[in-house]
Amino acid sequence: MTIPIEHVLTLSAILFTIGVTGVILRRNAIIVFMNIELMLNAVNLAFIGFAASMQSMTGVVFVFFILVVAAAEAVVGLAIMVEIFRNKQTLNIDELNLLKW
Amino acid sequence: MEIAFYLFGAVAAVAAASILVLRSPVYCAMALVGTLVCLAAIYILLNAEFVAAVQVLVYAGAIMVLFLFVIMMLNLKSDRPFALKFSLPKWLGLAVTVGILAQLIGVFNSSAVRTGPIGSYSEERVAQEGSTEIIGKLLFTEYVLPFEMISILLLVAVIGAVVLAKRRLKPEGEEGR
Repeated sequence: MTIPIEHVLTLSAILFTIGVTGVILRRNAIIVFMNIELMLNAVNLAFIGFAASMQSMTGVVFVFFILVVAAAEAVVGLAIMVEIFRNKQTLNIDELNLLKW
Repeated sequence: MEIAFYLFGAVAAVAAASILVLRSPVYCAMALVGTLVCLAAIYILLNAEFVAAVQVLVYAGAIMVLFLFVIMMLNLKSDRPFALKFSLPKWLGLAVTVGILAQLIGVFNSSAVRTGPIGSYSEERVAQEGSTEIIGKLLFTEYVLPFEMISILLLVAVIGAVVLAKRRLKPEGEEGR
């Protein structure tokens, strides 16, 4: 492989950290959700990088499964957000504190 | 080929970072689409053409359209830019993420990740047989149980989404929808 595995993994680490930062800093629930998708994609990139480096297809098959889980998660999560918005008229996660304490 | 990797990697990182600072959720969604497309291009450079196609179709296509659909349906107000309301917990959170980044990069650049080839799918073999064919064979032989479980997961997600998002048969407050 001409692309060094360390560089692929470093890009994956950067994307994952941006996702974590977004989850911590942003207040809009949908944008928090997008950052979770970004973290899933960073893990996918690490899987593909390892698959190419180790000449194994297992990582690629796992990425396929992660894609399906992400799709299921997005569908259910967005349905929950639509329901929350209908009840509370907001998606600001600072105001959604019903389950806090 | 390496140049293309660094180019797409830089664009992916910049687009991902812009999710942190853009105000409108729609702009954030478009930036995420940019990241996903760049990642698909990197997958092609890493000999995973099938995953790249699925990434564009499922992620940049279906999932992000779902996001945009929900954003436009809910008619959200723009988020305030995060720079305006930095409090102590957020600074602490930012410090933790910097620690995570340093830790991840430190581990990823150690010699532990350099195991070398351990599988039998070399670049030439994947190019000869085609990654789609190899993944298909693996899915229906070695990974057939996870494959069936994932189909049940999708069924559960579809039923759950319908149950969550459908209108109540007897609305109590008649909230306009």
